[in-house]
Amino acid sequence: MSIWQYANPKKFMETTGPLLPWIGAASLTCIVTGLVWGFFFTPDDYRQGSTVKIIYLHVPSALMAINAWFMMLVASLIWLIRRHHVSALAAKAAAPVGATMTVIALITGAIWGQPMWGTWWAWDPRLTSFLVLFLFYLGYMALWGAIENDDTAADLTSILCLVGSVFAVLSRYAVNFWNQGLHQGASLSLDKEENVSDVFYYPLLVSIGGFILLFVFLVFLGTHTEIRARRTRALLARERMS
Amino acid sequence: MPDLGKYADAVLSSYALSLLLIFALVGWAVVRSRKARAALEETEQRIKNRG
Amino acid sequence: MIALLLRDLRLAVRAGGGFGLGLAFFLIVVVLVPFGVGPESGLLSVIAPGVLWIGALLACLLSLDRIFALDWEDGSLDLLATAPVPLEGIVTVKALAHWLTTGLPLVLAAPALGILLSLPQGGYLWLVVSLALGTPALSVIGTFGAALTVGIKRGGLLLSLLVLPLYVPTLIFGAEVARRGAEGFEVMTPLLMLGGITFGALALLPFASAAVLRINLR
Repeated sequence: MSIWQYANPKKFMETTGPLLPWIGAASLTCIVTGLVWGFFFTPDDYRQGSTVKIIYLHVPSALMAINAWFMMLVASLIWLIRRHHVSALAAKAAAPVGATMTVIALITGAIWGQPMWGTWWAWDPRLTSFLVLFLFYLGYMALWGAIENDDTAADLTSILCLVGSVFAVLSRYAVNFWNQGLHQGASLSLDKEENVSDVFYYPLLVSIGGFILLFVFLVFLGTHTEIRARRTRALLARERMS
Repeated sequence: MPDLGKYADAVLSSYALSLLLIFALVGWAVVRSRKARAALEETEQRIKNRG
Repeated sequence: MIALLLRDLRLAVRAGGGFGLGLAFFLIVVVLVPFGVGPESGLLSVIAPGVLWIGALLACLLSLDRIFALDWEDGSLDLLATAPVPLEGIVTVKALAHWLTTGLPLVLAAPALGILLSLPQGGYLWLVVSLALGTPALSVIGTFGAALTVGIKRGGLLLSLLVLPLYVPTLIFGAEVARRGAEGFEVMTPLLMLGGITFGALALLPFASAAVLRINLR
């Protein structure tokens, strides 16, 4: 038994297929619990007022925006090294999810920034890096869409993902250097002193858990879609040949 | 409904927009998945029938 | 490899090769800026370093798809790939040829265009230095983008979408050097970072470009 047996598309579909509704339901439960708890049952922050409630959307989506790219990087590496098709397709399925999460993080951030910083948008390092990250997602998805041959597309996008990761990190530091920011430090870190206080912390954790499950759900679902689409294409091609 | 004070617009609009985007994403994924499944089943059926 | 470099240079200089096109584009962008933002020389001199950098970057972008497209169409890219020279070397030579025909003229033309934008006295030296150090990175990164999109018909727009985000760090540090130079601050830190990016890209990206080309030629 090893993790690589799930690289077989059939095995992958058989294992994750029955799990899908459960993951979806768990994700829905967590997100609803986290958001309802956060929205209705937490006090206002003494400085931010009720805008603190936006944190339950902003932090989880921002977290997933970055981790989706990281997952794509790992999946791309697995594809390049071990040539498992499921891995390449999972990376493809993760991109739209990551891009949407980036947009949500940017929108909620802008709406929060308007009353708090007095501006919708500032060229703050974190905001700017997220915008650049969004551009990377766009380029990645556009490249997938532009190439007809599946394996070529998987190879090229994987390499783009690797190179893009290096440049995304570079941009992060370049942007940091370019402008000191307004954005506060990490809301969640191992260093307890910096964290948001407990009242906000637990619903936030639930919400983050929900977003993670949502991501897993959507990636599995998207991978299933891609596997099916590819199988259909293969069958059609065989039909034409015969 | 909790009292959102003067920031009600900001909070409500960010919730509305985010949930809208998430629903759109999930809906898009589900629709695509259904289409792919239907296309595959149709093709397999056709091949079996001719087969 | 030297033969390949000379061949590429000759092809670029010949009519229709695109040599000078980038330069003309750079000139036009710089001329258009005052129409857009107004002619006050105070404002212009503040934004001059950034405008010159963005103009150079866009001019660079314009000629990227020519790096491989012609060789791809007439099949000489397949011949180059089977040549005894490693593909990494070919990619590097291609990038060098692109820089010599696009980047270098931009660097040399930048001071003249600086006058149009009333760039402050002290800025010229650092503008030229930053462009000279930064444009090779633009060429190398662009070659990677061109290699990615070589098999795609009408890939020009896609190429821009892929390459522009990769240009972000180079642009930030390059424009920062030029800006600090123009305002008379010390420029060492961004200059070193810019150099780091250029040489890092120069050392590593040809491998990625060659790998991508091999995939596209499969």
